[in-house]
Amino acid sequence: MRTLFYSLATAMVVVLSGPALAKDKLTIYTYESFTADWGPGPVVKKEFEAECGCDVDFVSVADGVALLNRVRLEGASTKADIVLGLDTNLTADAKATGLFAPHGAVSDVNVPGGWSDDTFVPFDYGYFAVVYDTEKLKTPPKSLKDLVEGSADDKIVIQDPRTSTPGLGLLLWVKSVYGDKAPEAWAKLKSKVLTVTPGWSEAYGLFTKGEAPMVLSYTTSPAYHMVAENTERYQAASFEEGEYLQIEVAGITTTGAKNPLAEKFLAFMTGPKFQDAIPETNWMFPAGKTDKPLNPAFDKLVKPTKTLLFSPEEVAANRKAWVDEWLAAMSK
Amino acid sequence: MGAATLKTASPPPRPADAASRHPLADPPHKGEGGRRASDPRITAGIIALGAIALLICGAFAGLLFEGAHDFSGAWAAFDPYLLRVVRFTLWQAALSTLLSVGPALLVARALSRHPRFPGRAFILQLFAVPLALPAIVAALGILALYGRAGYFAGVFAVIGGGSWPGIYGLSGILVAHVFFNLPLSVRLFLEALQTIPADQWRLASQLGMGARPAFRLIEWPTLRAALPGVAGLVFMLCITSFTIVLTLGGGPAATTLEVGIYQALRFDFDPARAVTLTLLQIALTFVVVLALTRLGANVAGDTNLPVAPRRYLSVNGTETLLNVVLIVLALLFVVGPMAATVMAGLGADLGRLAGEVVVRQATLTSAVLAFLSALLSVALSLALTMARRALALNRRSGAKTMLEHAADTGAGFVLVVPPIVVGAGWFLLLRHVGDVFAIAPVMVVTVNAVMAMPFALRAVRPAYDAASERHERLCAQLGITGWNRLMLVDWPSLRRPLATAFAFAMALSLGDLGVIALFGSDSVQTLPYLLLARMGSYRTQDAAGLALLLGLVCLALIMAAHWLGTEKNRDA
Repeated sequence: MRTLFYSLATAMVVVLSGPALAKDKLTIYTYESFTADWGPGPVVKKEFEAECGCDVDFVSVADGVALLNRVRLEGASTKADIVLGLDTNLTADAKATGLFAPHGAVSDVNVPGGWSDDTFVPFDYGYFAVVYDTEKLKTPPKSLKDLVEGSADDKIVIQDPRTSTPGLGLLLWVKSVYGDKAPEAWAKLKSKVLTVTPGWSEAYGLFTKGEAPMVLSYTTSPAYHMVAENTERYQAASFEEGEYLQIEVAGITTTGAKNPLAEKFLAFMTGPKFQDAIPETNWMFPAGKTDKPLNPAFDKLVKPTKTLLFSPEEVAANRKAWVDEWLAAMSK
Repeated sequence: MGAATLKTASPPPRPADAASRHPLADPPHKGEGGRRASDPRITAGIIALGAIALLICGAFAGLLFEGAHDFSGAWAAFDPYLLRVVRFTLWQAALSTLLSVGPALLVARALSRHPRFPGRAFILQLFAVPLALPAIVAALGILALYGRAGYFAGVFAVIGGGSWPGIYGLSGILVAHVFFNLPLSVRLFLEALQTIPADQWRLASQLGMGARPAFRLIEWPTLRAALPGVAGLVFMLCITSFTIVLTLGGGPAATTLEVGIYQALRFDFDPARAVTLTLLQIALTFVVVLALTRLGANVAGDTNLPVAPRRYLSVNGTETLLNVVLIVLALLFVVGPMAATVMAGLGADLGRLAGEVVVRQATLTSAVLAFLSALLSVALSLALTMARRALALNRRSGAKTMLEHAADTGAGFVLVVPPIVVGAGWFLLLRHVGDVFAIAPVMVVTVNAVMAMPFALRAVRPAYDAASERHERLCAQLGITGWNRLMLVDWPSLRRPLATAFAFAMALSLGDLGVIALFGSDSVQTLPYLLLARMGSYRTQDAAGLALLLGLVCLALIMAAHWLGTEKNRDA
C-alpha cells in the first residue's frame, strides 16, 4: 500500500514538474483588458519570450482591485511571480500584505513627479478627466469649480469610490483641490450627478448611450475614439486646478523573488519593447523609454497644467474616513 | 367526489392541519419511525440539504478563519449609515416585490384562462430570458426606453412639461426589478395554476360557475398557496440587488447591504465584516419571509387521478378583453427592454464577433457550465421537494420539524448569501489544499446550481405535491418506491415543471457574474464575463452584440428545455 502511494506520488511529481523542466516559466497576474486580444498582453508575451527564451504565462482577473484580492486570497502560496496592474492607491495595502518583495535597480522610469519605491515599478500612467460629448455640451466646465457650481442641467455620471478605481480617483481629486471643504463641494456637485455607478464600464456605457453629456474617465479616452473610431465627438475637459494622476505599477511577489526571470521582466517592462505597445493597446501614457513616437492623436489630448497625487500612505490612512465623508455628503 | 374536493379547496385550510384534512391524503403508515427511516425521498433531501449547508458553512468558515485576527471592522460596520442602508434595502425590496407579484397574479391567471392564446408558449419562453441578462444589460435596455435619451423621453417631456429627467432613483430601481421579477412570478404562478385538477374545472363548468366564483373557489386557493414562496423568492432577489440599485438609484442614498458586503470584500478585504453583513442580510430576510408565510395557505389537492379531459371553460367576452389587455401590457413591458437590447445588438459587427475564437469559446463555456448547473440545481430541488412532501405526510398533523422547515423555505436562504462571499470563502479554504484555478469551473457550477435551486424548487413543488396527493396511496399499496416510483409514477407529471425549473436554472447560471467575477480568468471565460470585459475597454458595440448573443443562446436553451419537457405528452 505504502509503496503504491509513493510510486503514485512520484509519478505525480514527475508529471507536474515535467513542463517546468523543459523551459523556465514566468507567471504574471494582471487584469483582463491587459491580456485581451487587443491589449498589450500578446505583444508583451511575444517580445519577452523571444528575449528570455522562457514561457510567459498570463493569468488575468477583472481589474486592479480584483488583482490585489486574488493575491490576498491565494496568500503565500500564490503562483504569481509578477503582479502587474495595481495602481498607487492600492500599493500601500499591497505592501501591507507582506506578499511582495523589493525589486532591484530599474532605470528609465518616467512618470510625472518622479518615482521612488523599493517594491513597485510603474509601467504606465494616465490622468482622470471629465470627458464630455461635444454634440450635447457646447461649453464644457473649465475647472473643477465650474463643474461643482455649474448648471444642474448638465449632468455627469460618476463611479462609486467604494467599488471603483476611477470613483476613488474623483474622490481624491476633489479632496486634493478642496481639502477640508470637500464635503461642501460634494453637496453642491450632487445635483449634477445623474447617477453613481459601481464601475467605469457602467458609467461609460450610460455616457455613450447619451444619458448624460459628461462622465468621469481619463484624458486618454478621446484618443481611443479618435484612433479606433475616427471621431472627435468625445473630448476631455481641461481643468484649471489640474488633473489627478493614476500610475499603474507592477511588483515581484515573494514567490517571484525566487524566480530570476521576474527581475528581468521588470527591466524589460520599462524598456521600449514593452512601452511602445502601451499607448494604443492600454490607452495610457508610457512610463518608460519608447522607440516609436506617440500617435498624433495623443498630442491632441488635454495636457494637465498641474499634476495632483496623494502618496499611497496618505490614501491608505485616510481612504475610509474620506469615503465616509463622501457618503454623508452624497446621501443627504 | 368532485364536490368534496371542491369543498376542501375552499375555504383554505390552516397550514398545520392541511395534510390531515382530507381523509385520503394520509397514506397508510407502517409506523412512524420505520417509514421515516426507509423513505428514500427523505434521505435524498438530507443529502441535498447537507451539500447546501456544506457549501455555505464552508465559505463562512473560510472567511472567519481568515478574518479571525481582526473583528474590529465587523463591529465598526454597525453605524448610523448602516441603519439607513438597511431601511432603504428593505423598502425597495418590499415595493419591488409588491409591484412584481401583484400584477403577476393577474397575468398568470389571464394566461391560464387562455391556453390557446396566440404565441403563448413563446411568450412564456421569453419570460425566462430576463434572468439571463446581466444587470447592466437590462439597465441599458430599460434606459433605452425610459432614460433621459430614451425612445419615450420626448413623449414623457411633453406629458410632464420640461425635459424628462429619466427614471433615476427609486422609480428606476422598481422598473428594473419588476422587469426581472414579473415574468418570473408569472411563470411560477402559472405552474401552480396548472396543478388544478381538470375535474374541478369540469365541475365548475357543470355548476355554471362564473369567472368570479371560479377565481375565489378554485384559482385563489392555489395561488395563495404559491404566494409566500414566490413573494419570498422575489424579495430575496431584490434585497441582494446591487448593480441595478447603484446604476439606476441615482446616488449612494440608494444603497443596499449587498454593496456593503461587496465593498468589505473588495476594497477593504475585511472577511469578518463581510460575514457579519451577510448574516445581518440573512436575519432580515428571515423576518420578512416569516411574515410572508402568514399570507399563504396550504391546499389539499385532488387525490383522484384526473378523469376529465383537459377542456377549458369558455371565457366570456368582457373577461377575454380584459385578459388580452393584461397579457399584452405585461408582454410589452417585458419585451420593450429586450427589444432595445436586440436593436443595440444588431448595430454590432455580429459577423466578426461570431468569428472570434474567444467568443465561440465563451459561448461554449457558458452553455456547458449553465447546463451542468441547471442539472445539479434541478436534482437538488427535486430531492428537497420530495423530502418535504414525505416529511409533511409522515407528520400528519402538529408542528413541522426543523428538517421540514429546512427543506421547505430554509434552503431558499442561500439566495441572500452573495456568491462573492461563497466564492471568497472557499477560495480561502481551498488554497491550502491545492490549485484553486483548477477547481474554478467546479465552483462556478456548484454555486450557480445552489443559487438557482430556490427557483427550481418553486417550479417543481406545486406539481410534485399535487402528483403525490394523487399517487401516494397507490404507490404505498403497490410498494412502489425509490427510483421506480420516480421514473414510473412521478416522471410523467413532473416532466413539464422540471423543464421549467431547468430553463430557469439555466438562464440564471448563464447570466451569472457573481462567481465568475472572482473565479473567472483567461482560462474560464463566460459570455457575461466577456461582455463586461468588452464594455470595460471602450468596446460598447461589441458588448451590445454579445448581449444579443447571450439572449439568443438563453432562448435557444430554454426552447430546448421546453421541447424536452413536452415531447411525449403534447396535450399536457
